[in-house]
Amino acid sequence: MSREAILSAIRRGLKRGPLPPDQRLMLEARLAAHPRHLIPARSRLPRAEQVALFIRNVEKEFGSVRRLADAREVPAAVAEFLAAQNLPPRLAIAPHPELIGLDWSARPMLQVEARRGAAEDAVSLQHGFAGIAETGTLMLPSAPERPTTLNLLPDTALVFLRASRILGAYEEAFDLLRAELGAMPRNVMLVTGPSRSADIEQTLELGAHGPRRLHILLVDDDPAALSAP
Amino acid sequence: MHVTSPAFKENAARALGDPGLQKALGKAKGAFLQRRAEAVARLPEFEALRDIGRDIKNHTLAHLDFYLETFAANVERAGGTVHWCRTAEEARAAVLEICRAAGAKTVTKGKSMISEELGINAHLEAHGIRPVETDLGEYIIQLRRETPSHIIAPAFHLNREDWEADFRRAHTDLDPDRVFHERRDILAEARTKLRQQFLAADVGITGANFLIAETGSSVIVTNEGNGDLTQTLPRVHIALASIEKVVPTLEDCVSLLRLLARSATGQDFSVYTTFSTGGRRPGDLDGPQEYHVVLVDNGRSEMLGTEFQEMLRCIRCAACMNHCPVYGAVGGHSYGWVYPGPMGSVLTPSLIGVDKAGHLPNASTFCGKCESVCPVKIPLPKMMRHWREREFERHLQPGAARGSLALWAWFARRPQAYRLATRAAVALLRLLARGRGAFTSFPFAGGWTAGRDLPVPQGRTFMAEYAARQRGR
Ligand code: SF4
Repeated sequence: MSREAILSAIRRGLKRGPLPPDQRLMLEARLAAHPRHLIPARSRLPRAEQVALFIRNVEKEFGSVRRLADAREVPAAVAEFLAAQNLPPRLAIAPHPELIGLDWSARPMLQVEARRGAAEDAVSLQHGFAGIAETGTLMLPSAPERPTTLNLLPDTALVFLRASRILGAYEEAFDLLRAELGAMPRNVMLVTGPSRSADIEQTLELGAHGPRRLHILLVDDDPAALSAP
Repeated sequence: MHVTSPAFKENAARALGDPGLQKALGKAKGAFLQRRAEAVARLPEFEALRDIGRDIKNHTLAHLDFYLETFAANVERAGGTVHWCRTAEEARAAVLEICRAAGAKTVTKGKSMISEELGINAHLEAHGIRPVETDLGEYIIQLRRETPSHIIAPAFHLNREDWEADFRRAHTDLDPDRVFHERRDILAEARTKLRQQFLAADVGITGANFLIAETGSSVIVTNEGNGDLTQTLPRVHIALASIEKVVPTLEDCVSLLRLLARSATGQDFSVYTTFSTGGRRPGDLDGPQEYHVVLVDNGRSEMLGTEFQEMLRCIRCAACMNHCPVYGAVGGHSYGWVYPGPMGSVLTPSLIGVDKAGHLPNASTFCGKCESVCPVKIPLPKMMRHWREREFERHLQPGAARGSLALWAWFARRPQAYRLATRAAVALLRLLARGRGAFTSFPFAGGWTAGRDLPVPQGRTFMAEYAARQRGR
């Protein structure tokens, strides 16, 4: 069988047989402990500055952020953003309790459907699991309440994120994922800005196959993140 | 894929005389260099991370059997399937079988160099299945029936005019009045066309930048989002990966990710970095029903334990080719197979044989730039020298080259004669140059002077200069 042939070719190359049990145990312990390596110092900051770094990095990567004092302001902020961008008042939202629990009826002009993304969608609202300040990156793990297609198909992607979920480095976000979700979800997307391509003459152009616009609605639920740096 | 590596010299001569290619190379190159330098400057820990990247890869390679077995077990635990393939032939057969079982007519594809290496597209086409490349650069390459000329920017050799011409030719429904003045217009046309394909596809094939043993995940890194649409919308997702892509944990993976985008495109992080683990879970509203990993050896295990083992650390960032003066002059197609530039000069002889690819490790100025930018510190120049030695040992070089080397060796072992001969040569060359700074042609050196000037020696020989300075102290 090819599996055995490949494994024995590897062992032949490494000039040894199968690993002895004590060495396997050591490697298994390394997997279980999944030690961190050097983490760049740039994101090790007091809370308020960490959130500010996240926002700066999102903007550097051509995304935009609006800070809201309370989650209840989200429907109004969505309506205002769509109006300002001349977009139709229609969107697909993630069927996440935090989003479907919002009072959308206060904005009767907005047509809101909780579902997966579809090819013809102009606008989506996704639920952000975590933000990573290091590079202004969103972590979006798939789940029934967080469909992946909402990150990809619409032209304009809106993301709901709580400031208390902004962390410094990727490692911290993966630890949060392990702690809250246990096993790896089917799909975990790390998203940094809107889609782009540099394939034509190596010059950057926004809006390739994914969203042309990425707008984050950041709910300030973390008092420590608010204090002026 | 058709191999033209044995004709490297002819390829290179043609490339040097191709004005379109030279224009594209000239325009594209500076951008990569500057962006990388800026990204590296923004991260003070970058140098330290290079050592870490090297160590993670070395650790993994030393225990590759263990990590592959762990990876496969975890893929299966998450409901996926691993297909172990020793050769390109086995891998092509595995892909075809999965596509057939899915009743596939159209297959979308994310950018994957291993797919080029295995010749997946031709194989699918030969069996009545239509592969559609969805990365913008790969898409135009497919329309032109070409191969990528760069491992992260497949259309590196093209200019804007080429795109417009190819779209007008291939998209027959295109309104003749449509304008393509801006790159934006080209992008919009490709986006519309490919959207239809994403929705029609039965199977999506991606590569993998990393495989993670701890979780059984495959990782792709893109800016366009095409790879994600490819692996999310169809019913079946196939991830193609060679065995050296595995790393132990998520922490190991993110340490390498910190190096990858900065070295490749000069971004701090690519737009989409996505971890796929198994197929659709209960309650999921989207995602593929089936998840397959086609795990390919195709010559990698043979490199373990040789002087080329370190090449298996490569994370395919392309920094070495972006910084290579030879690549910058002749472009990627001259190298004649899938992998161009310094990494190709080392990898290609390992994978297709030094008898076919012997010219590649010779196409180097040994300036050392590639090694100095490689994020996992692969000693590329040293390995090219190893290939030259092997080539010499196997008498694969032409008589003239062997003869000249033997002559040089005779002088090199006799310092007095060497100094005398070099002094005479310098004097003769300066006499012949009659005040010019360089020769544009020279008897018996046409191979050199066709592509570059031969500088006339300035001043004295090194030894004469050295002796004079010692005296002057
Ligand atoms: S050899 Fe190094 S620089 Fe070249 S592609 Fe591989 S990792 Fe990048």
